[in-house]
Amino acid sequence: MNWIDICHIDDIPLRGARVVKTPLGCIGLFRTGEAEVFAAADSCPHKGGPLSEGIVHGQSVTCPLHNWVFDLNTGEAQGADEGRIETFPVQVEGGRVLIAEAVLGKRRAA
Amino acid sequence: MTQKLVIIGAGMASGRVIEHLLDTAPDAYDITLFNAEPRGNYNRIMLSPVLSGDKTYEEIVTHSDAWYAEHCITCRFGEHVTAIDRDAKTVTGENGTVSYDKLVIATGSAPFIIPVPGHDLPGVISYRDLDDTNAMIDAAAKGGKAVVIGGGLLGLEAAAGLKERGMDVTVLHLMGHLMERQLDEAAGYLLRKDLEARGIIVKTQASTKAILGEDRAEAVLLESGETLGADLVVMAVGIRPETRLANDAHLAVARGIEVNAQMQTSDPDVYALGECVEFDGHLFGLVAPLYDQAKVLADSLLERPNAFVVKELATKLKVTGCDLFSAGDFAEGEGREDIVFRDPARGIYKRLVIEGDRLVGAVMYGDTADGSWFFGLIKDGTDIDEMRETLIFGPAFQGGASADPLSAVAALPLDAEICGCNGVCKGTIVEAIEGGATDLGAVKATTKASASCGTCTGLVEQLLQVTLGDDFQMPQAQPICGCTGHSHDDLRRLIKSKELKSQAAVWQELGWTTLNGCHVCRPAVNYYLLADWPLEYRDDPQSRFVNERKHANIQKDGTFSVVPRMWGGITTPDELRAIADAADKYDVPTVKVTGGQRIDLLGVKGEDLPSIWGDLNRAGLVSGHAYSKGLRTVKTCVGTDHCRFGTQDSTGLGIKLEKHLWGSWTPHKLKLAVSGCPRNCAEATCKDIGVVCVDSGYEIHVGGAAGMEIRGTELLCKVATEEEAIEVISAMTQIYRENARYLDRIYKWLDRVGLDWVKAQIVDDVENRKALAERFQLSQSIYRKDPWAEHAKDSTTRAQYAPVANLTLEAAE
Ligand code: SRM
Ligand SMILES: Cc1cc2nc3c(=O)[nH]c(=O)nc-3n(C[C@H](O)[C@H](O)[C@H](O)COP(=O)(O)OP(=O)(O)OC[C@H]3O[C@@H](n4cnc5c(N)ncnc54)[C@H](O)[C@@H]3O)c2cc1C
Ligand code: SF4
Ligand code: FES
Repeated sequence: MNWIDICHIDDIPLRGARVVKTPLGCIGLFRTGEAEVFAAADSCPHKGGPLSEGIVHGQSVTCPLHNWVFDLNTGEAQGADEGRIETFPVQVEGGRVLIAEAVLGKRRAA
Repeated sequence: MTQKLVIIGAGMASGRVIEHLLDTAPDAYDITLFNAEPRGNYNRIMLSPVLSGDKTYEEIVTHSDAWYAEHCITCRFGEHVTAIDRDAKTVTGENGTVSYDKLVIATGSAPFIIPVPGHDLPGVISYRDLDDTNAMIDAAAKGGKAVVIGGGLLGLEAAAGLKERGMDVTVLHLMGHLMERQLDEAAGYLLRKDLEARGIIVKTQASTKAILGEDRAEAVLLESGETLGADLVVMAVGIRPETRLANDAHLAVARGIEVNAQMQTSDPDVYALGECVEFDGHLFGLVAPLYDQAKVLADSLLERPNAFVVKELATKLKVTGCDLFSAGDFAEGEGREDIVFRDPARGIYKRLVIEGDRLVGAVMYGDTADGSWFFGLIKDGTDIDEMRETLIFGPAFQGGASADPLSAVAALPLDAEICGCNGVCKGTIVEAIEGGATDLGAVKATTKASASCGTCTGLVEQLLQVTLGDDFQMPQAQPICGCTGHSHDDLRRLIKSKELKSQAAVWQELGWTTLNGCHVCRPAVNYYLLADWPLEYRDDPQSRFVNERKHANIQKDGTFSVVPRMWGGITTPDELRAIADAADKYDVPTVKVTGGQRIDLLGVKGEDLPSIWGDLNRAGLVSGHAYSKGLRTVKTCVGTDHCRFGTQDSTGLGIKLEKHLWGSWTPHKLKLAVSGCPRNCAEATCKDIGVVCVDSGYEIHVGGAAGMEIRGTELLCKVATEEEAIEVISAMTQIYRENARYLDRIYKWLDRVGLDWVKAQIVDDVENRKALAERFQLSQSIYRKDPWAEHAKDSTTRAQYAPVANLTLEAAE
């Protein structure tokens, strides 16, 4: 798999998120731990809320608009809410955050 | 065959006897009930709320005239019994004689009157019945000074009630500290401080020499020679069993009428119970044992075996804001060990007295939530060796990391007493709940638990919750969220008492079940930490809702709104030009005048925020915090500057207040307004804090809201100068910051703590007000700055408003 170097991990606040603009739309990079980052679609399946603006806790994020909670491992909405956000392969190496290039390249924006 | 039962005294004890008889054998007796008071039975212990105005007499009646009629009880109310003839088996009242098969004496007790000169002057009242209470209410209506002799339970409840009704109150107490029978010195000291904070003067070691006055009481003379003016003197120095009838009838009487464990006197056909009796050397002054006696006496009358036993008692005081609890034996002694916990800042004191492996006594002041649990340990003689280390922290801390407050209640044995007044144990309540009593009212009705003084309501609710699970909506003290069993109040308490100064410390020390909280608890924890430790704790933007992290309100399409401050609603052409220019430059789709006297730029792109702020800053405009749980706006009207009715410079004061308070974080949003006269054009009386200017100064109102709930404010106080107004408002803001639950507006918080408590803290106690205002100032030294400027100038922060990378260009290549 080819990886694209996006940023240093410290560019993302601990328990915070940053946005990467891609041809598919915005992707959120969620930093859940000192060296743990998840990548997932930045748009909430409920009403399009920007998930990267949400509160990051455990390995989840809460949408800032109406508090749906998503598990960043699976992308599934938690609790009673139903919906899923797309997740993307990401890795942290030597302090750099890398995201899978193939995944980005192959898809087309809707 | 129906027998004739005559009862002398329609008080709390005999009321219970009648209920038990009617419940088990309604036709066994034909009942005649005498009462010297011209009324039937009412909840005597609730006279204090009647005195203070919290309840009416009608609300505390336990047996109405209709009830007596329905149960065919012959009532002879307002009639003194003057003699008992045991040979003839008759009882003679003022209006005639009746015969009995069985007789019950339930004459209660009479207030003890110290026989000093002047004790019989008009204006000297004891505190025993409704007539006394009404006499005090009438006296208080005329205002003036009251002297209460006796700093025990009754005296202090009388003092608090009279103070509530506007009298100047002094309490005289013979001993070194208040309620010395129930409290140790430290708790007595805190109680005194709380009473003094509400304006009651307390004199200990004060011995009364005489009551002075010509036609009525005018002053109290102390042994020390000091004279205290008094329009009303209340004697509450103790009670003595009312035994006169029994004495005259030659029944065995010691201090009280002697009874055996079946409540029988020396005459097998004559029974007695309540405060008039003596059993095994004990006298009684609280209702809990009387209710046990009532059960036994009813059984005796029905020839069922039962025996009265004396149990441990716990004491509470029914004065709002004075939270005390005492149980068991707390005297110091050899082989006894004390565990003491103090929090001087919050006036909390707890002391446990341990002998061997048993808890023998507990005294608590300021925080009595765990009282019943300790009381249970004392009564049951539980071996506490294993929990010695953490015992003082209460049940929530026992048994491992999960500090679920409900687990403590769940773990209580079925015979643990929940309602002390009515002697209702957990098993009875659980049974009632399982039998369909699924709310507090129903539990009260079926078991009587929490039906008397009401202090066990919280526990009953927890039992409902434990028994019904999710079917019961806990009215209070719910855990914050799924990450913890602690309620907001517990959390606040623990952050202070355990000096937790970081989020990690909270999660670790308080046993959070999740790694680092969730969107519900994190903002609350963050707020509590920054409010309690302004110097030590650093605000965590990642624990804030996006609006507070980005200092702008997120819109439904992910754009933001930008609202600059307009101090007190005043702006200038230059500011308006800068706003107009910014709206043009950043393509702002909507410019709106808000309901808060300023202008909202809606639809700004997240990435543009730092730049638009930079532009606005250059024109002197700063963040309006339209997004914060913090100071929003201070609305003003034009006041003396322009208005023909203005009494003070409302605009000027509004601006000063906004400049003083801005940037502060509060549990929920905080809105103020200042109106120049009672026409109230700034709508000050529906704000969290509102000032209404009047000729003589400034009325400060609190607790208004006009959102999901509409609330008019209540008057906190009136002050003469702007400086005082600012000080009171700082103190009000700070006491709210330090005490309220996260996301409670002032009105919600006031509903729980009561305006009187707040008044006592910041109106009556000037020292405390100043200390609060200083703590506010300290916090403001950190937080009173423009977040827009900070974010716009700091390049790392600024960068966070933009995407971290843009791959659309690479993809296009
Ligand atoms: C902009 C404004 C409406 C307007 O166009 O006039 C407004 C807009 C919002 N109000 Fe408001 N409120 C605005 C004045 C008010 C007022 C009137 C006032 O302040 O005099 C009230 C009633 C007074 C009161 O608060 O008691 C008001 C009661 C609320 C409430 C209900 C609060 C409550 O405790 O019941 C909410 C919901 C909340 O805070 O949880 C709310 C929440 C909101 C939010 C923040 C909703 C949200 O969470 O996104 C809205 C943000 C819109 C935005 O993006 O800017 N807004 N809101 C007003 C801004 C005033 C300002 O200059 O800061
Ligand atoms: C203001 C106040 C607050 C209190 N607060 C609490 C509290 O918080 N908790 C608690 O446990 N206890 C409290 N108590 C104590 C509690 O009220 C008493 O323990 C209880 O009322 C005693 O019940 P009793 O039936 O023995 O007497 P009472 O309730 O006093 O009833 C006796 C009745 O007998 C009548 N009587 C007397 N002599 C005669 C006669 N010769 N002929 C006809 N009738 C007669 C009296 O008029 C009276 O109505 C409080 C008491 C007062 C006054
Ligand atoms: S009333 Fe307030 S919260 Fe509701 S839509 Fe209007 S601005 Fe939004
Ligand atoms: S848009 Fe995310 S929860 Fe509604």
